[in-house]
Amino acid sequence: MSLLELQAVDTYYGPIHILQGLTLTIEPGELVCLLGGNASGKSTTLKTVLGIVSPRNGTVTFDGEDVTRRPTSYRIRKGLAIVPENRRLFAPMTVLENLQMGAYLHGGGSQEDFDRVYELFPLLHERRSQLAGTLSGGEQQMVAMGRALMSKPKLLLMDEPSMGLAPILVERSFEIIQQVHESGVAMLVVEQNANVSLSIADRGYVLSTGRLVLEGRADDLRENEDLRKAYLGR
Amino acid sequence: MNWNLFLTELVAGVSHGAVYALIALGYSMVYGILKLLNFAHGDVYMVGSFIGFGIITVFGGATNLSIPVWALLIVMLLCAMLGGGLLGVMIERFAYRRLRNAPRIAPLITALGVSFFLENAAQLVLGAQYQSYDSFGWKSPIALRHFTLPASTVISYAEVIIIAGTIVLVVALTLFVQRTQLGKAMRATSFDREAAAMMGIDVDNVIVATFFIGSALAGAAGVFNGIEYQQVWPYMGFTAGLYAFIAAVVGGIGNLPGAVLGGLTIGLAQAFSIGYISSTFSDAVVFAILIAVMIVRPSGLLGKAAVSKV
Repeated sequence: MSLLELQAVDTYYGPIHILQGLTLTIEPGELVCLLGGNASGKSTTLKTVLGIVSPRNGTVTFDGEDVTRRPTSYRIRKGLAIVPENRRLFAPMTVLENLQMGAYLHGGGSQEDFDRVYELFPLLHERRSQLAGTLSGGEQQMVAMGRALMSKPKLLLMDEPSMGLAPILVERSFEIIQQVHESGVAMLVVEQNANVSLSIADRGYVLSTGRLVLEGRADDLRENEDLRKAYLGR
Repeated sequence: MNWNLFLTELVAGVSHGAVYALIALGYSMVYGILKLLNFAHGDVYMVGSFIGFGIITVFGGATNLSIPVWALLIVMLLCAMLGGGLLGVMIERFAYRRLRNAPRIAPLITALGVSFFLENAAQLVLGAQYQSYDSFGWKSPIALRHFTLPASTVISYAEVIIIAGTIVLVVALTLFVQRTQLGKAMRATSFDREAAAMMGIDVDNVIVATFFIGSALAGAAGVFNGIEYQQVWPYMGFTAGLYAFIAAVVGGIGNLPGAVLGGLTIGLAQAFSIGYISSTFSDAVVFAILIAVMIVRPSGLLGKAAVSKV
């Protein structure tokens, strides 16, 4: 049984048809990347999975249950979490408070949750009383990931984790993604940076203007002529 | 220097400012989360004041009071806060929620409509005339056992009750917002509503809680004003709401310490201009302060200038 399944999903913003008949699946523990250029519907896919927007047609099934009409909070309680685009930290709040918000539906997080996240990012323990807005980009990325992991998700959604980071931090960021993945969390990573994301992913999907144009094993996609021309630039 | 007058006006200004601060807090909280200027907020304060008046009547009034005065005061405050809070929640539910994603002018106009509705409904139900709180000696000067105030300095029990009560409420609000999960969710929602939703925070619940707390504070302010000035009438919320709005803007709208600072600033400015110049000019002084602050610090005394970070 798949962990997540989108079945023929149509999502609209007002009259604009964004996702057109999108079907995709993620197995438990899998790392899947979703590629595509600007305005191809990548972020909308994540918002549809999370329930921030609801699809007009089609179904979203998560962990064996149809959650298409369920609110975001229900889906998060069931085991979804997101690292939003641009991280979207609560800048005027401390690192600790940001982490607590990640576990809001679990009463602000148990000591065990904090220990798990601090073990992964020891720096966050050091900086726990500092305001999130005063951290550097790389540190903020850690807070964003730690915040998402506080709720012990089964599936972690990541929206453009490399955006706005220096190249060295992009590398570090993907190391962390791999580390989290190896701990057994399934991930859906949305990226423009196809090279890096395909190198760590199990499978990939390619979106173009709201339609699925390619899908397959990450290794195969890396060899695909069309994709190389379009995204890999070589 | 006439210290008697100075002290008298200082205490009057602080107690007056405390009432503005309590109303301004609600303005600021709602603005912080919805970016909505809730112009019906002053009328919640009016309803709170009438609830206090109703409680006095229920318990027999000054001539026939069936419970101790301190107990009466507590019941008045609790009922006004509960009633005000529920009214605020109803206003949000029925007037503002549908307009959450509408252009900002629509909820603003709606807020004015709710304000007129409440004022006219109160006038219809309660009559247009002023009603009087029984005073229970609240207005008599305080007598201190071990300390003598300078001669002819007038500080009333009412002023002491208002200042002490406001301190308790503001401290409670601060603890709530800083320490509790719901309070933190409020701050998170006010900073970035969509990101808060992505964390699983039920934004609707947070907004309801914000309206409840802000409106409860306005209800308490209504009772405080009642024991200080005795008079209640359906249009009292308009002027008080206006001054509280100015207080919120002067302090930095959306900023809670700013709302308190702004309330005290406006209260003191009124009291001192009445004491030292003339009551005729007190409004001029208040608006001069507003204009001066807007020129020097457009985002308010404690407000942060909007920075867009790339």
